[in-house]
Amino acid sequence: MKAPPPSAALQVPSNRPGSLRDLFWSFTWLALQGFGGVLAVVQRELVERKQWLTRDEFIEDWAVAQLLPGPNVVNLSLMIGDRYFGWRGAMVAMAGMLCFPLLVVLALAIAFSGVAGHPSAQGALRGMGAVAAGLIAATGLKLVGALKSNVMGLRACWGFAACVFVAIALLRWPLVWVLLGAGSVAFAWAWRQLGVLQARGERA
Amino acid sequence: MTFSIQLTAVDWLAMFGHFLSLSLLAVGGAITTAPDMHRYLVLDKAWMTDAQFVSSIALAQAAPGPNVLFIALIGWNLGLNAGGWAFGLMSALLALLGTLIPSTTLTFAATRWGHRNRERRSVRAFKQGMAPIVIALLIATGWVLTAAHTDTRHDWPLWLLTAVATIVVWRTRIHLLWLLGLGALLGAFGLV
Repeated sequence: MKAPPPSAALQVPSNRPGSLRDLFWSFTWLALQGFGGVLAVVQRELVERKQWLTRDEFIEDWAVAQLLPGPNVVNLSLMIGDRYFGWRGAMVAMAGMLCFPLLVVLALAIAFSGVAGHPSAQGALRGMGAVAAGLIAATGLKLVGALKSNVMGLRACWGFAACVFVAIALLRWPLVWVLLGAGSVAFAWAWRQLGVLQARGERA
Repeated sequence: MTFSIQLTAVDWLAMFGHFLSLSLLAVGGAITTAPDMHRYLVLDKAWMTDAQFVSSIALAQAAPGPNVLFIALIGWNLGLNAGGWAFGLMSALLALLGTLIPSTTLTFAATRWGHRNRERRSVRAFKQGMAPIVIALLIATGWVLTAAHTDTRHDWPLWLLTAVATIVVWRTRIHLLWLLGLGALLGAFGLV
C-alpha cells in the first residue's frame, strides 16, 4: 500500500477575505442562506466558491468547532475570522453570522404569530426541512474525498465513519459519548500512524 | 397571548446567569441545553409558557441563520411577557450574549493554542483522527432529520425530496436557495 502524504498542511487556500468588511458581509450572506443550518452553506461558499479554506482545513476546523462547547457554526466563524484578521476578525465574522439573521428571526417571529396555524405555512416549513436534511448529508458526502490523504489509511477511516454513523443515526447514542469514545480511539490510531510515518522518514 | 409577568433587576440577572452557566455545557451545539432551559424558564420560574418555548425552537430551526438564534427567540418571548418590545429586545440580547460569551472565549483561546502547536504530534493526530468522524456525523445528521418522519406511507415524498436534494447538492453546483425554494413550494402546495 502506498503511504499517504505526510500532512495536508502543505495545501494552502488559494484566496482570503479582502477586508473586515468583506468578512462581515460574506458571513452575513451565507448565514442568511442557511435555512435549517448554516454548515452546508459554509462549505459551499467558503471552500468551493471563495476558496478561503481548503477542504482539509474545513474538516479540521469543523471537528474543533464540534468538540468545543457553544454553537458550532458560530465557533467556526470565530475561528475563520481569527485566522485572517486576529481577534477583530473573530468578532466581525461572528457579528456577520448573528446580526442580520437575528433581525430576520425576530421579524419572522412577529409575522409568523399571525399565520402559524395556516397549513400551507406549515407545509412550506416541512418541505424546506426535508431539503435542509439533504444539504447536510451532501456536505458530508462531498468531504469523503479528503480521507484519501488521511494518515490513518482509507480502510480505518471507513471503519470509524461507519461506527459513528451507526451509533448516531441508528442507535441514537448521545453525541458527547460517541465523540469521546470514537474520537479517542481514532486519536490513538492516528498518533501511532504518525509515529510510524516519522520513523520511516528518519530512516529514508 | 396575554401571559404576563413582573421581573425585577435581580430576576434579569438570574436569567442572564442561567444562560451564562449553560454556555460551557453546550457541547454538540446550543440545542443540547434546551432541556435545562425549559426546566428553569418554564417549570421553575414560570416566566414563559410551554407553547412559547417550543415554538421558539421550531421557528428558529426554519429561519435562516445559525440554530443558536432559538435562544434569542426564547429571550424575546420572555421579554414580551415582561412588557413589550423594548423588554423583548433586551431579553433576547441578554439570552444570546449569556450563551455566547463563555463558549466563544474558550473557543478563541483553545483554537489559538491549537494553531500555535499545529506541528505537534498530538494536535496532528487529533485532526487526522477526527476527520472520518466529522464526515460520518454530517451524514448521520441528515439521516436523523429525515428519519424524524416515521410514517412511511405518508412521508415517503419527504424522504424522496431529501434524497434528491442530497444527490443534487453532492453532484452539482446548483445554488442551494433554489432547492430550498423548491422545497417550500412543494410543501406549501401539500405535495410533500
